[in-house]
Amino acid sequence: MYELILLLILLSLGYVVGQHAERRHYRSILQREERLNSLPAIASRYPPSEPHYHQALVTGSTVISVDYFKRFLAALRSLFGGRITAYESLLDRARRESLLRMKQQASALGASMVFNVKYETASISKGRGNSIGSVEVLAYGTALIAPRDR
Amino acid sequence: MLISNLELIPGRRVIEHLGLVQGSSVRAKHVGRDIMAGVKNIFGGELKGYTELLQESREEAMQRLQQQAEAVGANAILNVRFSTSSIAQGAAEIYVYGTAVILD
Repeated sequence: MYELILLLILLSLGYVVGQHAERRHYRSILQREERLNSLPAIASRYPPSEPHYHQALVTGSTVISVDYFKRFLAALRSLFGGRITAYESLLDRARRESLLRMKQQASALGASMVFNVKYETASISKGRGNSIGSVEVLAYGTALIAPRDR
Repeated sequence: MLISNLELIPGRRVIEHLGLVQGSSVRAKHVGRDIMAGVKNIFGGELKGYTELLQESREEAMQRLQQQAEAVGANAILNVRFSTSSIAQGAAEIYVYGTAVILD
Protein backbone atom coordinates (compact mmCIF):
# COMPACT_ATOMS: atom_id res chain seq x y z
CA MET A 1 0.00 0.00 0.00
CA TYR A 2 2.72 2.43 1.07
CA GLU A 3 4.68 1.54 -2.03
CA LEU A 4 1.74 2.41 -4.24
CA ILE A 5 1.32 5.77 -2.49
CA LEU A 6 5.04 6.48 -2.85
CA LEU A 7 4.88 5.58 -6.53
CA LEU A 8 1.93 7.92 -7.08
CA ILE A 9 3.69 10.74 -5.24
CA LEU A 10 6.86 10.26 -7.29
CA LEU A 11 4.86 10.11 -10.52
CA SER A 12 2.91 13.28 -9.84
CA LEU A 13 6.04 15.12 -8.63
CA GLY A 14 7.85 14.04 -11.75
CA TYR A 15 4.96 15.09 -13.94
CA VAL A 16 4.41 18.54 -12.45
CA VAL A 17 8.03 19.55 -11.91
CA GLY A 18 9.29 17.80 -15.03
CA GLN A 19 6.74 19.43 -17.36
CA HIS A 20 7.39 22.83 -15.86
CA ALA A 21 11.17 22.44 -16.19
CA GLU A 22 10.88 21.23 -19.76
CA ARG A 23 8.69 24.13 -20.84
CA ARG A 24 11.04 26.62 -19.20
CA HIS A 25 14.03 24.98 -20.81
CA TYR A 26 12.45 25.09 -24.28
CA ARG A 27 11.63 28.77 -23.83
CA SER A 28 15.21 29.57 -22.92
CA ILE A 29 16.51 27.45 -25.81
CA LEU A 30 14.31 29.26 -28.34
CA GLN A 31 15.36 32.63 -26.98
CA ARG A 32 19.06 31.89 -27.18
CA GLU A 33 18.75 30.21 -30.56
CA GLU A 34 17.31 33.39 -31.95
CA ARG A 35 20.13 35.45 -30.48
CA LEU A 36 22.84 33.13 -31.83
CA ASN A 37 21.27 32.67 -35.26
CA SER A 38 23.80 35.05 -36.76
CA LEU A 39 26.55 32.55 -35.96
CA PRO A 40 26.00 29.58 -38.25
CA ALA A 41 27.14 26.10 -37.29
CA ILE A 42 28.09 24.26 -40.46
CA ALA A 43 28.63 20.55 -40.84
CA SER A 44 30.95 20.90 -43.84
CA ARG A 45 34.48 19.58 -43.52
CA TYR A 46 36.10 22.09 -45.81
CA PRO A 47 36.38 25.67 -44.59
CA PRO A 48 36.54 28.64 -46.97
CA SER A 49 40.12 29.34 -47.97
CA GLU A 50 39.85 33.13 -47.97
CA PRO A 51 40.39 35.10 -45.75
CA HIS A 52 42.79 33.14 -43.54
CA TYR A 53 40.74 32.57 -40.43
CA HIS A 54 42.16 31.85 -37.03
CA GLN A 55 40.88 28.61 -35.64
CA ALA A 56 39.93 27.28 -32.26
CA LEU A 57 38.29 24.09 -31.11
CA VAL A 58 35.01 24.84 -29.32
CA THR A 59 32.90 22.39 -27.36
CA GLY A 60 29.61 22.42 -25.54
CA SER A 61 28.18 19.64 -23.45
CA THR A 62 25.11 18.88 -21.41
CA VAL A 63 24.15 16.04 -19.11
CA ILE A 64 20.41 15.86 -18.79
CA SER A 65 18.13 13.46 -17.00
CA VAL A 66 14.59 12.34 -17.70
CA ASP A 67 11.98 12.71 -14.93
CA TYR A 68 10.25 9.89 -13.10
CA PHE A 69 6.92 10.24 -14.89
CA LYS A 70 8.47 10.07 -18.32
CA ARG A 71 10.58 7.11 -17.40
CA PHE A 72 7.41 5.38 -16.27
CA LEU A 73 5.71 6.21 -19.58
CA ALA A 74 8.70 4.96 -21.50
CA ALA A 75 8.68 1.70 -19.57
CA LEU A 76 5.01 1.25 -20.45
CA ARG A 77 5.70 2.11 -24.06
CA SER A 78 8.46 -0.45 -24.30
CA LEU A 79 5.87 -3.14 -23.63
CA PHE A 80 4.06 -2.32 -26.85
CA GLY A 81 6.81 -0.79 -28.93
CA GLY A 82 6.61 2.38 -30.95
CA ARG A 83 7.84 5.94 -30.60
CA ILE A 84 8.95 7.03 -27.17
CA THR A 85 8.33 10.77 -27.35
CA ALA A 86 9.49 11.19 -23.75
CA TYR A 87 13.04 10.29 -24.72
CA GLU A 88 12.86 12.11 -28.03
CA SER A 89 12.30 15.41 -26.29
CA LEU A 90 15.07 14.61 -23.80
CA LEU A 91 17.60 14.09 -26.57
CA ASP A 92 16.31 17.07 -28.53
CA ARG A 93 16.81 19.33 -25.52
CA ALA A 94 20.27 17.95 -24.83
CA ARG A 95 21.41 18.39 -28.45
CA ARG A 96 20.10 21.92 -28.81
CA GLU A 97 21.49 22.98 -25.45
CA SER A 98 24.92 21.58 -26.31
CA LEU A 99 24.95 23.31 -29.68
CA LEU A 100 24.00 26.57 -27.98
CA ARG A 101 26.79 26.23 -25.44
CA MET A 102 29.25 25.56 -28.22
CA LYS A 103 28.02 28.62 -30.09
CA GLN A 104 28.26 30.73 -26.94
CA GLN A 105 31.88 29.71 -26.52
CA ALA A 106 32.52 30.53 -30.17
CA SER A 107 30.86 33.92 -29.97
CA ALA A 108 32.89 34.73 -26.84
CA LEU A 109 35.99 34.16 -28.99
CA GLY A 110 34.59 36.50 -31.65
CA ALA A 111 34.09 33.76 -34.23
CA SER A 112 32.02 34.30 -37.35
CA MET A 113 31.11 30.65 -37.90
CA VAL A 114 31.68 27.16 -36.62
CA PHE A 115 32.78 24.47 -39.05
CA ASN A 116 32.71 20.69 -39.03
CA VAL A 117 30.22 20.39 -36.21
CA LYS A 118 29.95 16.92 -34.76
CA TYR A 119 27.75 15.43 -32.07
CA GLU A 120 28.65 12.74 -29.63
CA THR A 121 26.02 11.08 -27.46
CA ALA A 122 26.62 8.80 -24.52
CA SER A 123 24.29 7.46 -21.89
CA ILE A 124 26.31 7.84 -18.73
CA SER A 125 24.27 6.45 -15.91
CA LYS A 126 21.93 3.72 -16.80
CA GLY A 127 18.90 3.52 -14.60
CA ARG A 128 17.42 0.36 -13.23
CA GLY A 129 17.13 -2.28 -15.88
CA ASN A 130 18.08 -1.10 -19.31
CA SER A 131 16.25 2.23 -19.35
CA ILE A 132 18.21 5.39 -19.99
CA GLY A 133 18.74 7.46 -16.87
CA SER A 134 20.63 10.39 -18.25
CA VAL A 135 22.45 11.20 -21.43
CA GLU A 136 25.42 13.34 -22.20
CA VAL A 137 25.57 15.15 -25.50
CA LEU A 138 28.73 16.83 -26.65
CA ALA A 139 28.80 19.16 -29.62
CA TYR A 140 32.14 20.26 -31.00
CA GLY A 141 33.50 22.06 -33.98
CA THR A 142 36.12 24.45 -35.23
CA ALA A 143 35.39 28.12 -34.69
CA LEU A 144 36.64 30.34 -37.50
CA ILE A 145 37.70 33.74 -36.28
CA ALA A 146 38.13 36.43 -38.90
CA PRO A 147 41.53 38.15 -38.72
CA ARG A 148 41.29 41.67 -37.30
CA ASP A 149 43.86 43.38 -39.51
CA ARG A 150 42.19 43.37 -42.88
CA MET B 1 49.68 24.27 -30.52
CA LEU B 2 46.84 24.41 -32.97
CA ILE B 3 44.08 21.92 -32.24
CA SER B 4 41.34 21.61 -34.81
CA ASN B 5 38.79 19.09 -35.96
CA LEU B 6 39.20 20.10 -39.58
CA GLU B 7 41.26 17.94 -41.88
CA LEU B 8 43.19 20.77 -43.42
CA ILE B 9 44.06 24.31 -42.54
CA PRO B 10 43.44 26.81 -45.36
CA GLY B 11 46.60 28.63 -46.35
CA ARG B 12 48.92 26.30 -44.47
CA ARG B 13 50.67 23.23 -45.73
CA VAL B 14 51.25 20.01 -43.83
CA ILE B 15 54.97 19.28 -43.98
CA GLU B 16 54.99 16.07 -42.06
CA HIS B 17 52.47 13.60 -40.63
CA LEU B 18 53.50 12.21 -37.28
CA GLY B 19 50.69 9.74 -36.75
CA LEU B 20 47.91 9.37 -34.27
CA VAL B 21 48.09 10.97 -30.83
CA GLN B 22 45.61 10.33 -28.06
CA GLY B 23 44.59 11.27 -24.58
CA SER B 24 42.12 9.68 -22.24
CA SER B 25 40.76 10.18 -18.79
CA VAL B 26 38.46 8.06 -16.67
CA ARG B 27 36.49 9.74 -13.92
CA ALA B 28 34.02 8.55 -11.38
CA LYS B 29 31.42 10.77 -9.83
CA HIS B 30 31.55 11.21 -6.08
CA VAL B 31 28.86 10.43 -3.56
CA GLY B 32 27.53 13.96 -3.06
CA ARG B 33 26.97 14.38 -6.75
CA ASP B 34 25.44 10.95 -6.89
CA ILE B 35 22.78 11.87 -4.35
CA MET B 36 21.91 15.05 -6.23
CA ALA B 37 21.69 13.03 -9.41
CA GLY B 38 19.29 10.66 -7.68
CA VAL B 39 17.02 13.60 -6.84
CA LYS B 40 17.27 14.88 -10.39
CA ASN B 41 16.28 11.48 -11.68
CA ILE B 42 12.84 12.09 -10.17
CA PHE B 43 12.38 15.68 -11.30
CA GLY B 44 14.32 15.58 -14.53
CA GLY B 45 16.55 18.35 -15.76
CA GLU B 46 20.20 19.06 -16.16
CA LEU B 47 22.75 17.35 -13.96
CA LYS B 48 25.15 20.27 -13.57
CA GLY B 49 27.58 18.29 -11.44
CA TYR B 50 28.03 15.72 -14.16
CA THR B 51 28.34 18.32 -16.88
CA GLU B 52 31.20 19.90 -14.95
CA LEU B 53 32.76 16.55 -14.18
CA LEU B 54 32.83 15.53 -17.82
CA GLN B 55 34.10 18.97 -18.82
CA GLU B 56 37.05 18.66 -16.42
CA SER B 57 37.67 15.16 -17.61
CA ARG B 58 37.67 16.33 -21.21
CA GLU B 59 40.14 19.10 -20.43
CA GLU B 60 42.47 16.60 -18.83
CA ALA B 61 42.24 14.30 -21.84
CA MET B 62 43.00 17.26 -24.11
CA GLN B 63 46.05 18.09 -22.01
CA ARG B 64 47.36 14.56 -22.40
CA LEU B 65 46.70 14.71 -26.11
CA GLN B 66 48.68 17.93 -26.32
CA GLN B 67 51.56 16.53 -24.24
CA GLN B 68 51.82 13.56 -26.53
CA ALA B 69 51.81 15.78 -29.60
CA GLU B 70 54.54 17.94 -28.10
CA ALA B 71 56.58 14.86 -27.32
CA VAL B 72 56.63 13.82 -30.97
CA GLY B 73 57.48 17.37 -32.04
CA ALA B 74 54.22 18.38 -33.68
CA ASN B 75 52.94 21.93 -33.86
CA ALA B 76 49.33 21.10 -34.66
CA ILE B 77 46.76 18.36 -34.17
CA LEU B 78 44.21 17.96 -36.93
CA ASN B 79 41.01 15.98 -37.28
CA VAL B 80 40.43 15.75 -33.55
CA ARG B 81 37.59 13.47 -32.41
CA PHE B 82 35.97 12.96 -29.04
CA SER B 83 34.51 9.77 -27.77
CA THR B 84 32.72 9.03 -24.49
CA SER B 85 31.92 5.64 -23.11
CA SER B 86 30.53 4.56 -19.78
CA ILE B 87 32.66 1.68 -18.67
CA ALA B 88 30.94 1.00 -15.37
CA GLN B 89 28.02 2.31 -13.38
CA GLY B 90 29.04 5.84 -12.47
CA ALA B 91 32.33 6.04 -14.31
CA ALA B 92 32.92 7.47 -17.75
CA GLU B 93 35.89 7.44 -20.05
CA ILE B 94 36.63 10.41 -22.23
CA TYR B 95 38.88 9.70 -25.15
CA VAL B 96 40.35 12.25 -27.53
CA TYR B 97 42.40 11.43 -30.57
CA GLY B 98 43.76 13.21 -33.59
CA THR B 99 46.55 13.36 -36.13
CA ALA B 100 49.76 15.09 -35.10
CA VAL B 101 51.30 17.11 -37.91
CA ILE B 102 53.92 19.72 -38.55
CA LEU B 103 52.58 22.76 -40.38
CA ASP B 104 54.82 25.23 -42.15
